[in-house]
Amino acid sequence: MAIEKHNTPMIDQLEDGPWPSFIKGIKRLRDEHPSERINAMANDLLGQLETSYETRLGYWKGGTITVFGYGGGIIPRFTELKDDEGKPRFPKAAEFHTMRIQPAPGFFYNTDMLRKIIDIDEKYGSGMICMHGQTGNLMLVGMDSDAIQPCFDEMNELGWDLGGAGPCVRTGMSCVGAARCEHSNIDEHNIMRTLLNNFQDDMHRPALPYKFKFKVSGCANDCTNSIQRADMAIIGTWRDDMKVDQDEVKAFVEKKGRKYVVDNVISRCPTNALSLNDDDTLDVNNKDCVRCMHCINVMTKALSPGDDKGATILIGGKRTLKIGDLFGTVLIPFFKTDTEEDMEKLVELAEEIIDFFAENALEHERTGEMIERIGLANFLEGIGVDVDPNMVERPRTSSYVRMDGWDEEAAKWEERKKAAAS
Amino acid sequence: MSDQPRMPIESGTPDHFQYMHPTLRKNYGQWAYHDRPRPGVLHHVSKNGDEVWTVKTGSARQLDILTLRTICDIADEFCDGHLRFTMRGNMEFMVTDESKVEPLIKRVEEAGFPVGGTGNSVTMLSHTQGWLHCDIPGTDASGVVKALMDELYDEFVAEEMPNRVHITTSCCQINCGGQGDIAINVQHTKPPKINHDLVANACERPAVVARCPVAAIRPAMVNGKPTLEVDEKKCICCGACFPPCPPMQINDSEYTRLSIWVGGKHSNARTKPMFHKLVASNIPNNAPRWPEVAAVVKKILKAYKENANEWERMGEWVERIGWKRFFELTDLPFTKYHIDNWRGSRNNLNQSAHIRF
Repeated sequence: MAIEKHNTPMIDQLEDGPWPSFIKGIKRLRDEHPSERINAMANDLLGQLETSYETRLGYWKGGTITVFGYGGGIIPRFTELKDDEGKPRFPKAAEFHTMRIQPAPGFFYNTDMLRKIIDIDEKYGSGMICMHGQTGNLMLVGMDSDAIQPCFDEMNELGWDLGGAGPCVRTGMSCVGAARCEHSNIDEHNIMRTLLNNFQDDMHRPALPYKFKFKVSGCANDCTNSIQRADMAIIGTWRDDMKVDQDEVKAFVEKKGRKYVVDNVISRCPTNALSLNDDDTLDVNNKDCVRCMHCINVMTKALSPGDDKGATILIGGKRTLKIGDLFGTVLIPFFKTDTEEDMEKLVELAEEIIDFFAENALEHERTGEMIERIGLANFLEGIGVDVDPNMVERPRTSSYVRMDGWDEEAAKWEERKKAAAS
Repeated sequence: MSDQPRMPIESGTPDHFQYMHPTLRKNYGQWAYHDRPRPGVLHHVSKNGDEVWTVKTGSARQLDILTLRTICDIADEFCDGHLRFTMRGNMEFMVTDESKVEPLIKRVEEAGFPVGGTGNSVTMLSHTQGWLHCDIPGTDASGVVKALMDELYDEFVAEEMPNRVHITTSCCQINCGGQGDIAINVQHTKPPKINHDLVANACERPAVVARCPVAAIRPAMVNGKPTLEVDEKKCICCGACFPPCPPMQINDSEYTRLSIWVGGKHSNARTKPMFHKLVASNIPNNAPRWPEVAAVVKKILKAYKENANEWERMGEWVERIGWKRFFELTDLPFTKYHIDNWRGSRNNLNQSAHIRF
């Protein structure tokens, strides 16, 4: 049965130009796909989208849909474009839900598996797949209510599980990491999997005050944007000396010239920890180095992270709602993640944090906002983490604070110093 | 008794090694260094001597399955059936044989995928869902990105910027969308229009009152029905009340506008991470190609490209030259709205006698 194609002059203009066009993609589904169901769904999706482009308004409303055994993971979408009798104007795309799937860390696929996912989406979905959402989900976009359960069952049997949606632990994200990056300081993928797979109950059955996100970056370049977007950011670093291959330094100076090296490496070090010697070798003051990664980014062959690697853990990053954008701030300056025991400790820390968040955050309050409200010191006390000067940009500048517990607190510091020395 | 429903297998995040190319698996954690032979290609060398060339390409991110099958065909043909995606919606095809690089580039370009996005390029815009799928969008996402990437195509396929440029979009004012060297975000300019007949049934009113960042919403009775009202003098038009209470419609064909922000950066390289800062607003939400947005973005990119030093990210460049010079170079108006008045705002004022002339 031939479908009556909607007239879409506005979005047709997005077919032109050199960049890949998602409108062309949807039209391919309408015009070239063998399934009439998919042709009709794509046609009505185009109809609804064209209406949005004409009126500059959105027309989807949410709802509550999930699968047996879970409480979230599906983003329901019902059209609000109805005729006078209350019937959808674009009935074939009137239900257009998204299924969020947790991908493997690093967004790796083999084509054998990707083709199976495509086949399942072809059977149940609209034929549109988002690779990937901003939180890190693989998203099968556009499915009607009846298709959700059988589609999930097939995906689940293949080894895929639903991602997070709503007030819960969300799907995580890791950079490419150790799989293809020399800057990797930690086993990013294992950390992401270990953390997330410990909290699947909190992901699938939303019962937290609000969302909670993990992101893992292997170095301070923070390719997953974890400082600005993750409640718990795990960022790789090292605490011994950075490695310098002096022959490669000399070769780099030879190739790029001294001026380039001084202007772009030496003087760009944020803590003036670098000095170029007269013989074109490099001095590094590792005590001053803050592991920012700049010199290593520029001189990839000559410079690299040290051997005693671990992670800096930050807490509380988020976007605008409700009190404004917040960066994550340092919670643990250096955390080893090498052994199974280390990883157990990391999971325990995350459990402490999420338990505290569940009990103390207000409804719809992110971790960063909760900490802003109660103060970092109270949060640290709540989860049993000791204070550290690496947690602050500078100490307090206001005297409006009651400090009659000073001697006890100072004694704790001395005790910790003694314990660290022994 | 009816059939038992199938219970889910809570398998969670799957193992990554099963999908990784064998050479990546073998050299996991063993990489020594990388270089970039040409824009769009990364070359990684392992301590074992193994080498991998990555051809990075743009994509529409919202992919139809016919295109995805073509992508699979390419990965089968050149990459032993493996590929990965990046968090900005680019695709990475990896080969272990240098002689395959040029034919692979030819193949992906023929299939319509631009090769680039590496090093000092303007890489793919990270974006949200927009009119295609979001329930609260003030604008589209994929369409804005498509329109802008058409305009910025030449900067995607080259590495001619002082440092990398990450651009982001956000189709509402409150939630999604990241920080960017340039961020294009929805900005509402009028308070929500309230359908008082629907509020009582559709909204959990105390939750909506609590959601407002400036406590501008209070319970009210209209025509004998419990509803909510907005103190329009206090309202900052953010739209935070709209998701929990759809009858408080914030989106508007005319008054939903776009703002442009610059200087966000998540990397810790050189300077600490930065948030983006407001530079332009009241830009019309002009679908389908948003030419006014593109004009401002290109003006900012031109000033950055011509004036920044090597390795300076946009935010670092502006901090060096100062905001006065930024507004001169970009020929954008500086208004009272640029002066922060939110919590912590004094930290964004010039608390010094450092003046630029």
